Amino acid sequence: MPSNTVTDEIELIGTGKGGGGSSFGDDGNSGGGGDDWKDSSGSARVPQRAYVTGMTIALAGVLMFFMALVSAYIVRKGMPNSAWVNLAIPRILWLNTAILIASSFTLARSRSRFLASDDAGFRHWWGVTTILGIFFLIGQIIAWRQLAAAGLFLATNPASSFFYVFTAAHGLHLLGGVLALLYVAFRPTHRLTKGTATEVVSMYWHFMDGLWVFLFLLLLLGR
Amino acid sequence: MSSHAHTGHAVVVEPSGFIRKYIFSIDHKVIGIQYFLLALTAVCVGIVLSLLMRFHLVYPGAHLPFVSGGIMTPEQYLALVTMHGTIMVFFVLTTAPQGGFGNYFLPIQIGAPDMAFPRLNMLSFWVTFLAFVAIIAAFIVPGGAPISGWTGYTPLSGMGEVTGPGEGMGQTLWIVSISLFCLASLLGALNFIATTIDLRAPGMTLFRMPLTVWGWFVTAILGLLAFGVLLAGGVLLLLDRSAGTSFFLPAGMVVNDQLQPHSGGSPLLWQHLFWFFGHPEVYIAILPGMGVASHVLSTFARKPVYGYRAMAMAICAIGFLGFMVWGHHMFLSGMSPYSGFAFSVLTMSIGVPSAIKTFNWIGTLWGGKIQFKSPMLFALGFVSLFVSGGLSGLFLAQPAVDNMLHASYYVVAHFHLVMGVAAIFGIFAATYFWFPKMFGRMMSEPLAQIHFWFTFVGTYCIFMPMHFVGLAGGIRRYADATGTTYAAALQPVHVFMTYAAFVTGAAQLIFLFNFFWSLKHGAVAGKNPWNATTLEWITDSPPPIDNFGGHYPSVYRGPYEFSVPGYRQDFIPQNLTPDQAALLK
Repeated sequence: MPSNTVTDEIELIGTGKGGGGSSFGDDGNSGGGGDDWKDSSGSARVPQRAYVTGMTIALAGVLMFFMALVSAYIVRKGMPNSAWVNLAIPRILWLNTAILIASSFTLARSRSRFLASDDAGFRHWWGVTTILGIFFLIGQIIAWRQLAAAGLFLATNPASSFFYVFTAAHGLHLLGGVLALLYVAFRPTHRLTKGTATEVVSMYWHFMDGLWVFLFLLLLLGR
Repeated sequence: MSSHAHTGHAVVVEPSGFIRKYIFSIDHKVIGIQYFLLALTAVCVGIVLSLLMRFHLVYPGAHLPFVSGGIMTPEQYLALVTMHGTIMVFFVLTTAPQGGFGNYFLPIQIGAPDMAFPRLNMLSFWVTFLAFVAIIAAFIVPGGAPISGWTGYTPLSGMGEVTGPGEGMGQTLWIVSISLFCLASLLGALNFIATTIDLRAPGMTLFRMPLTVWGWFVTAILGLLAFGVLLAGGVLLLLDRSAGTSFFLPAGMVVNDQLQPHSGGSPLLWQHLFWFFGHPEVYIAILPGMGVASHVLSTFARKPVYGYRAMAMAICAIGFLGFMVWGHHMFLSGMSPYSGFAFSVLTMSIGVPSAIKTFNWIGTLWGGKIQFKSPMLFALGFVSLFVSGGLSGLFLAQPAVDNMLHASYYVVAHFHLVMGVAAIFGIFAATYFWFPKMFGRMMSEPLAQIHFWFTFVGTYCIFMPMHFVGLAGGIRRYADATGTTYAAALQPVHVFMTYAAFVTGAAQLIFLFNFFWSLKHGAVAGKNPWNATTLEWITDSPPPIDNFGGHYPSVYRGPYEFSVPGYRQDFIPQNLTPDQAALLK
């Protein structure tokens, strides 16, 4: 952890918001004047809300990528002579899904501890989230091994192809999320404050959680 | 605010080493020039490829020393078609206007010190560079370059070497290159959007942004929503080729007497994914040019842009509608007539914002004190080409007409005029306009004028007759049309177009000479050689590392305050306070 305390961070962001630390929420600066990225000495820095904007935009791009895959899934499945063979979803996916949903709650808990200036609580729940994320990834690999043991590989049939594509694409994105969690936990942040770092990582994580629930339901109900 | 100082970057310091300063730079201005030079390299390759094609069409039996076997095969011709299209669309028309000029001027025009995420910006460029290396590498791998067109249509692009030379390693490199390009463009788009939203100077409201910024901003939104879709398609196509899946490959395909081991895939699915990206891509190429044209027309007519708000909203409307018309590239795919009708109506509705733009460009010129400087000439050329090429789009938007014309040279003529050459004219206008700002020197005006007239007349000589070749049934992508009587009758027109192409191509050497000669020997440009109003002209040429030397501007007025009645000076820069402006009365 960097040496500066959580309280400092809160005050820092609170100043940018022109309000108290407890009230800072989801969407960066609401002032809108556009001049808070220049400090009094005239030197330039990127406003913290740009990171939130950037993450929002990035998630829109990620969403388009996955929606392209989903539309391919729907079209491909509806093909005449599609050679589609329904896939028995490995039961461990239920557990994995539960783990990932739980991780969103622990992450939210961590954020609220952070906002309450409770550094120990923040680090505890942040760590729990990271471990749950790693468990999810391990669980996905176990699911792959179960499918492989049943003779279902990437090229076996279109259903298995899409299963591997969806889980791999989502898994890679979630791995990125785990790395981001570890980065925030262990590295001091320079250009962005810890408040912003935890905020953008949380946005990403909750999005990946929701995306997984969507993909899981698609694989489950769209069979 | 003072509490920010200890977390934020201190005063921006220019890196001293050559590598940090010019190669792995995080300065958006250096990155912009890098993108520009990449596009300049790419356009030279692309032009050479097109000249080879034009030569082959006229002299199909000629012996070429650099072609293995001496005489160009149809497959080699298709490889030229594929590589010309790919390099031009991705590495020139997408790279120069957006990555090049957008990178350089968007932050300056909104009064920002840099992009929101400078390291991400550097990463975008270098991934784009890798993508370019990959596509060029396709020339030299066994089998050579791919032959499935810049659209990479399946099933041809999905099956590997069995379907022809270039469909092995060459096609794989093509997919890798395009996927990398998608990734880089997504990162770039993210940066452009976040910068425009959050880094505008005080007073720089959305409707005080120059129309160039509107163009880059909407282009970035299109890129953000479109490139991810092509990336997904690229991943699936790569799996079809290398992992044996069947996303795009149907059952029962027999190629070279070999039954292919695929089943149930949909080649049309690729077309949908590709064109869902591909049509917005057309606007990614042209919207920055529209912004530049508006900007330059206003500056050199010494008049405000006519209907500024309508122009900004028309850019948004074109961007929005651009996502709903991809099906018009697929009228021949056997789609339902109802779908065809919907795509047709939506396509023609783009004529409305396009007409608004054209009308307002003419309105901007109307009654202006027009200065026919080289940027102005190319901006006028842009409008001319956009109209000429756009009108044929109304014919092609109708499925019944498109059925006749789709596989013909008519379509080639259409998209080259409206998206290819028009966008290139936008790039030229931008180059002549901003060269003084980027390099501190003026380009030679006489050479620029000669360059303009050769290029303008030349492109019309190439592409206007091409419409008639298409109407007469000249089929595109054929390496040699001399074998059939009706097509052979069109050869004299082809000969004319080829000569025009070589003359026009040679005229570009004037530009290259002018560009590099002026870097050293051009007349020194002051801060504001064109007497323009936007923020890039209030800083030094070239701008300092943080763009404004530590004094960040505030904005008090719109971007095009030219010839305001009652003022002695015919332009009022955006950063003049009302008090300062009053001194000009």
